[in-house]
Amino acid sequence: MKNSRKKWSTLLVAVMLMAALVVLSACSGGEGTATPSNDTSTTNDASTTSDSDTSADDSADDGAPADDLSGTVTASGSTAMQPLVEAAAAKFMELHPNVTVTVQGGGSGTGLTQVSEGAVDIGNSDVFAEEKLDADKAKELVDHQVIAQGFTAIANKDVGVDNLTKQQLKDIFLGKITNWKDVGGKDQAIVVVNRPTSSGTRATFVKVAFDGEEPIEGNTLTEDSNGTVLKTVAETPGAISYLGLAYLDDSVAALKLDGVEPTVDNIVAGTYPIWSWGHMYTKGEPTGAVKAFLDFMATDDVAEIARSKNYIAGSDAEKLK
Amino acid sequence: MNTLKAKKRNEAFGRFITFLCAILVIIVTFSLVIFIASKGLTIFLKDGVSPIEFLTSTKWRTEADPPQVGALTFIIGSLVVSVLGIVISAPVSISSAIFMVDIAPAWGQKLLQPVIELFVGIPSVVYGWIGLSVLVPFIRNNVGGLGFSVLAGGLVLAVMMFPTIASVAADALRAIPEELNEASLALGATRWQTIRRILLPAATPGILTAIILGLARGLGEALAVQMVIGNAMNIPSSLLDPVHTMTSIITMEMGNTAMNTLPNDALWSIALLLLTISFIFILIIRAIGKKEAYK
Repeated sequence: MKNSRKKWSTLLVAVMLMAALVVLSACSGGEGTATPSNDTSTTNDASTTSDSDTSADDSADDGAPADDLSGTVTASGSTAMQPLVEAAAAKFMELHPNVTVTVQGGGSGTGLTQVSEGAVDIGNSDVFAEEKLDADKAKELVDHQVIAQGFTAIANKDVGVDNLTKQQLKDIFLGKITNWKDVGGKDQAIVVVNRPTSSGTRATFVKVAFDGEEPIEGNTLTEDSNGTVLKTVAETPGAISYLGLAYLDDSVAALKLDGVEPTVDNIVAGTYPIWSWGHMYTKGEPTGAVKAFLDFMATDDVAEIARSKNYIAGSDAEKLK
Repeated sequence: MNTLKAKKRNEAFGRFITFLCAILVIIVTFSLVIFIASKGLTIFLKDGVSPIEFLTSTKWRTEADPPQVGALTFIIGSLVVSVLGIVISAPVSISSAIFMVDIAPAWGQKLLQPVIELFVGIPSVVYGWIGLSVLVPFIRNNVGGLGFSVLAGGLVLAVMMFPTIASVAADALRAIPEELNEASLALGATRWQTIRRILLPAATPGILTAIILGLARGLGEALAVQMVIGNAMNIPSSLLDPVHTMTSIITMEMGNTAMNTLPNDALWSIALLLLTISFIFILIIRAIGKKEAYK
């Protein structure tokens, strides 16, 4: 029948479009979800770099909006760093009205890709560029370690535990301890909630808390953003996970590590070990407004903003080096 | 004379515009396919990952050294969740279509059509959010397990597949000539006998197409599924186990990986696999279309 044949061909076109959509949705769906996913990671030794030293010329900027600094600064990458960098950018633009600073998320991988391609001035990353990019591309980038962030293990509020030793924490994530009663809590099975293997938060925990050993796979949940981790742990009985301090709220129990509370003060004092640098990468040495912004990130103006948001910057960050 | 010229110009203009748009769509489609294929084949051609390993291994450690790129966990997860969605959704959707077209064409149509359109209009993140907030705790408290499960994913997908299956199946039923219906009734068949023995068989190719389109919808859905399945690197042994899907691994890792590195290219390989599966679906639908039961 002619009529129905026509119908089929219309349908086919629809199917073709749908096929394209299937692929597109796989990508675009991600744009939204994958972003909040990566947080900081790796290494406590700050030795490697570089020109993040606090530059002195910020005193000249204070209260002097009529300066000759102008231009645009674009940054993208780590969503874990984004709230702090955005707040700092707002403050910076107050001081330098002729400069426009744009801060976007996208994830550490995106930030590193874009700065390496020259698409943005600053690539924010929770991990060292060498861990994500090819060696020769990573070499072109200059690391500015001006902010740091802490992480904490979190648990569902009803497990009856508020402190774990480092060994207990590791054993839980490696699947050797499977019930909260074995660490002094309720008789309740432990549900491990992980971040994806490429996550910076996960990398930090693997390195600092699990001594380099990967957590168990299998019947454990994986959530890709700080927000969904919080919701999952808050609502799933017996759940345990880890989180950037900046995202912590009282819907979950933050676990002390060997009796030390996870706070910015304890990290700065050197008693709480789980933290990592937030890297701000530039391609080559920065100049002009970009350099001014990076210098500004290391000032105590930003340190103050950082404290209010549970990050570490300025002179606090200096103490970690 | 003048008006004739103007008419001709209009004619040419119209043809030019439509032609341009058609070409544009074709170019975009081809570019997409070529881009995804070139990205997706990188890990096999450049990094020497074996396609067999990619399709049959369950070890996914793309940032390890040496990297392990096995996507079987995600392939199985996607299939299990989508098939469960179809099993739940197809009977309901097809029954709705029958009701709308053959049983109560007047008010059934008036009632169901807007419902179907509404279902299409709800963004997938909303389905996922409802699933996460309502379905997951419900399953945890009443059925068992963690709540994040194949079952939760299948139920969310079933709802999302409903408008696709129902509207395509309804179109197929509507396309059946009225004479068939009348002839059957004239022979003394009851209404239900007519639907079951005459109308449904006649509409089978269209209904199969509807189901395959629903399946494609399910396999391609990323966000809503990801929010409720728990994303565990796990081959499920029960409906209450958490799973991972092809789309959810892409959304989870794309932002964390840098372009042109193996961990990123491996995600493109999964995208290519999804595209290939869609193509296979299109081929199947084509084949079904050729073999219409009633002509």
